[in-house]
Amino acid sequence: MHNQPQHFHAQAEAALADKELRANFRGAMDYLRDKRKTAFADAGEESAIRDRAEAIRRRCLSKLPELLEQLESNCIANGIRVHWAENAEQANAIFTDIIQSHGGTLAVKGKSMVSEEIELNDAMAKEGITCLESDMGEYIVQLGRETPSHIIMPAIHKNKQQVADLFAEHVPGFEHTLDVDTLIQTGRRVLREKYRTADVGVSGVNFAVAETGTLCLVENEGNGRMCTTVPEVHIAITGIEKVVEFLADVPPLFSALTRSATGQLITTYFNMISGPRKENELDGPKEVHLVLLDNGRSQAFADEELRKTLQCIRCGACMNHCPVYTRIGGHAYGTVYPGPIGKIISPHLMGLEATRDLPTASSLCGACGEVCPVRIPIPELLQRLRHEAKQDPAPGALPLRGQKAAASNTEAFVWRSFALATRQPALYRMLTWCATRLRWLIPRKLGPWTRCRTAPKPAARTLRELMAERNK
Amino acid sequence: MSSAIRLYPPRPEKVYVYATCLVDLFSPQSGLDAIRLLELAGVEVIYVPKQSCCGQPAYSSGYNDDARTTALSQMALFPEPWPVIVLSGSCGGMMHHHYRRLFAGSEHEARVNQFCDRVFELTEFLVHVCRIRLKDQGPSTSVVLHTSCAARREMKVHVTARQLLGQLEQVELREQAYESECCGFGGTFAVRHPAISEAMVQDKTRHLNDTQAEQLVSADWGCLLNINGALEYQGRTLKGIHLASFLLSRLEGSHA
Repeated sequence: MHNQPQHFHAQAEAALADKELRANFRGAMDYLRDKRKTAFADAGEESAIRDRAEAIRRRCLSKLPELLEQLESNCIANGIRVHWAENAEQANAIFTDIIQSHGGTLAVKGKSMVSEEIELNDAMAKEGITCLESDMGEYIVQLGRETPSHIIMPAIHKNKQQVADLFAEHVPGFEHTLDVDTLIQTGRRVLREKYRTADVGVSGVNFAVAETGTLCLVENEGNGRMCTTVPEVHIAITGIEKVVEFLADVPPLFSALTRSATGQLITTYFNMISGPRKENELDGPKEVHLVLLDNGRSQAFADEELRKTLQCIRCGACMNHCPVYTRIGGHAYGTVYPGPIGKIISPHLMGLEATRDLPTASSLCGACGEVCPVRIPIPELLQRLRHEAKQDPAPGALPLRGQKAAASNTEAFVWRSFALATRQPALYRMLTWCATRLRWLIPRKLGPWTRCRTAPKPAARTLRELMAERNK
Repeated sequence: MSSAIRLYPPRPEKVYVYATCLVDLFSPQSGLDAIRLLELAGVEVIYVPKQSCCGQPAYSSGYNDDARTTALSQMALFPEPWPVIVLSGSCGGMMHHHYRRLFAGSEHEARVNQFCDRVFELTEFLVHVCRIRLKDQGPSTSVVLHTSCAARREMKVHVTARQLLGQLEQVELREQAYESECCGFGGTFAVRHPAISEAMVQDKTRHLNDTQAEQLVSADWGCLLNINGALEYQGRTLKGIHLASFLLSRLEGSHA
C-alpha cells in the first residue's frame, strides 16, 4: 500500500525518524542546489531567463483551449492520433485499447509523472500487460515496488548501498558491488534487451507545440529515445497544460528547465517527435498516439490566480530548495508530485479533502518561489488554498473540489476573537495585562511548542506600558 | 510579491513605530531600544499605544476576512503621512506586501496601497532613509545574524541588517551554514506540524551554535521566540537579542 496524503502527519514523522533517509535527502538536495547555483551564476541573466519563461507560460495558458485545438489538428495532420481523457480511468482505458488492439503484452516506459498520476503500471498489470520503467531511477523504484520520491530524480532517496541490495535481490547474475558505474551498467543491460522485445513504448511530454504538432521530450539517458523509436507503437501522455504556442517558445523554456533542475545548460538528449515513421524511413514507430489528460487541471485553469499553478514545467527546483521536503522526502506527502508544487497542484488533482494537510505544511519561507523558473507565486497559492480549505467559495466563484474541507468552528471562533482583540484596544490591553501579570501561571508544557523549546515568557510590563511611563 | 527596486524618500522629521505584538509582549526592551536608535538617527518617533497585531496569523491561516478587519483597524491608527517603521521583517512583509493583496479590487485599494508604500522595516529604514553611520564604542565581540525569511524574500532587507553590523569595527560577523534556510517557526506552522518544525529548528540552532559566536542577533522576534526557545531547551549559552538592542549597546559602549 502506497502512502496517502490523508496520513501526511504520520508519514512525515516516520520519515523524520529515518536517519539514513534524512542524510540521503540532505546530501542530494545540497548537491542539486549547488548545481543550480552554478548554472545561474549571473543574477541578471537568471532573472531575465525566468521573466521570459514566465511570460511564455502565461501567454500559452491564457489561450489554452485554442492551443489545445490547434495542437490536436496539427498532430492529426502529422499522423499522430490524439485522445482526450478527463480522468485516470479514461486514460488507462485508452492505453488498454491501443495496446490490446496490437496484442501487446510488454510496454517499456520512459519517465512520465503523468503516467504515475494515472497509476498506469498497476492498471496495465490488471490487463495482463507488463509496463517496465526504463529511466534508471524509475527502474530502481519499480524494483523496490515504490513510487518516485522526486519528480526528476525518482530514486534520490536511495544511496548506492540500497540500490546494490535491490539489484542483488532482483537481477539474476548480479554480483554485489558498490561501484556506481557497474550498477548503472547492470540496469542498462537488463533494459537494452527489453527495448527490442517490447510491443509498445510509452513516454511523457515536456512541451507539446501547437504550431507544429511536435512533442518534445527532455532526457539524459537515451531511454526516452529508445522507448519512442524502437517499439512499433508509441503512446505519449501529457497533462493538458504542457502545450506551448510556438516552436520558438521551446528553447527558452528548455533552458530554464534544465538549469533549474540539474544545473545543466542543455541535456544529453532532446527529442522532437513529429509523427510516425514515414515511407522510406528506417526507424521510428509505425503508430504514434497522444493522450491529453485533464484530471483536475481545468479546475485550476478556471480561476485566474490558481491558473498560475499550471505554469509549472516540472523542474523540481522548488522541492530541492524546500526546507520541509529536504527533511521528510517525497514519499511522506503521499502524492505523485511532492514538495511545494505538489502542495498546490495535488488539491486540484485529488480534491481538498484528501490533501487538507498539505497547504499548511509550509512555513511560507518563500524559498520555492525564489527559485521557480516560471515564477509561480507558490507561497501565495498555498495561502489561497488554506483559505479555500476553510471557507465557502467567493460569491460567483465555482467551489473547488473539497472546498471548505478543513473548516473548523473552533478555529473560526479563535480567529474571530483574535480579530476582535486586535481592533479593540481595551480588550487587547486587558489580554496583554493578564499575560504579563499572570506570567508565572504559564505552564512549562505548552503542547506541541514545548516538545523541543522552553515555553515563552511574557515580559513583566508591555512596551505600551513602558512607553506610557517614558512619555510621562 | 513585488520584486521592484524600492525608491527611498529623504529622511523625514517624524516616524511611527510599529513594534509588533511579539515585541510588545515578549521583549518590550527591543522596542525601547529601537525607538532610541531611531531618535539617535535623527527622527522623532511617534508610538501609538493602541497598536496591536498586523493580522498575519489570521491571514496565513486562511482567515482573510478576520485579517482584513485587523488590518483596517491598524491602518486607521497611523493617519499622518509619516513612515511606519516595523521592528520585524515578517510583519513588515505583511504590511508592505500582503495588505495590498488582501484589499486588491476593494473600495479600500488605493488607500491601502498608499499605506503599504509608507511601511519600512527598521534596518532598511536606518540604512536607506536615515543613511545612519554607526560609531562602535563596544568591546570586541563576535555575532551571528539570523534574518527571517520574510525579511529576506519579501522585504529583501537581509542585506541592510548585514550592512549595519558591517559598520561596527569591533564586531566580527560569523557565517552560519544554511543561512538562508527557515528556522521552522512560520507562525501556526510550528504547532500544526510540530515534528517538521522541530527538525528545522534543531538544524538551525546547531548551525548557529557551530559558529561559536558570542551573540545571536535578529531583527525578527518571531524567529527569536522559536530559536531562543530551542537553544534554551537544549541548555545552550548562545542567546538571541533584537538587532536594535545590539546596535544600541554598541553605540553606548556597553556589552549587550
